Amino acid sequence: MTDLISVDMALLILAAAAATFLTRIGGYVLITRMTTIPPRMEQALNAVPAAVLTTLVAPAFFNGGWDVKIAMLAALVVGVRYPGLLLLGAGWAAAMICRHLLGF
Amino acid sequence: MNRSEFNQGLKGGLIIALSSAPFAVLFGAVASDNGLSVMEAGLMSATVYAGASQLVGIELFGHQVAPWLIVLSVFAVNFRHILYSAALTRYIAHFTPVQKFFTFFVLTDPQFAEAVKRGESGRGVGFPWYIGFGAAIYFPWLFFSVVGAFFGRMMGDPRALAIDVLLPVYFLGLVIGFRRKPGFYPVVVASALGSVLGYHFVGSPWHVSIGAAVGVVVAAFLPLSTESVPANTATEMES
Repeated sequence: MTDLISVDMALLILAAAAATFLTRIGGYVLITRMTTIPPRMEQALNAVPAAVLTTLVAPAFFNGGWDVKIAMLAALVVGVRYPGLLLLGAGWAAAMICRHLLGF
Repeated sequence: MNRSEFNQGLKGGLIIALSSAPFAVLFGAVASDNGLSVMEAGLMSATVYAGASQLVGIELFGHQVAPWLIVLSVFAVNFRHILYSAALTRYIAHFTPVQKFFTFFVLTDPQFAEAVKRGESGRGVGFPWYIGFGAAIYFPWLFFSVVGAFFGRMMGDPRALAIDVLLPVYFLGLVIGFRRKPGFYPVVVASALGSVLGYHFVGSPWHVSIGAAVGVVVAAFLPLSTESVPANTATEMES
């Protein structure tokens, strides 16, 4: 049975997909209804990426154990000087060291 | 179709595809662990195509939560995309309606971040570049979720392999990529406080929307920056 789709599950997944698409087009629909964008609003829109992505980072840092905190700090230190993949590697390596060598 | 732009997009997207492959595998594994079939996991990756919310949804599937609540949670986790599509509009005004449909369908965190970066650099966000970037992430995401669903039960503990830290570390990288923008530090501090407090007092996934709202509101009240965005005018002239 593991390769079949149940109707209920498929409908639920498609409803979740529709909700997601709504969010993805919603901002466009809202903004194109406005003829001019006030400067304050433009400044707010410019802050969107940093503001949103921070909400995916901060709780992970504060709720994570010392292994996660150290991994993220290591990634931060590496990330301000080197490109993304090295940052990812630094975070991963720090977490591995914490868990397997230091026993956090 | 501009070939070289498309290839540039593919190349940029492949880096993201590689770093998101572990999450796709993880998603597939968690999905099968929560009773989804391989095809259902694949369907979800193909149609929802949003990592964090797929994982949130899966977690709720396993808990016998009411379906409308699952859909609402997915909506809440993805709420940031409303802000993304609003912010992206200025760069893609010249796309056709069909192009816009695909543009918004594949609008993910890295897609948005890279498109804005490209728009701000003045190179212009062309559809070939955008869709090349999107395709390079979309198909591997689908492929690796199915692989994960197949081999889910064989994989060891994701914690032992430190797979679980990759996602927050990756998002951290995206955040510090914006550190030279005006107002970066007040916005990040406000958003961090908002999301951590939201997490404690309201709960997940609302902390995402709460933190983002606090950060964006703070940005709106900061002194207006004099920095002009050259890509903005370039796109307007093109369209």
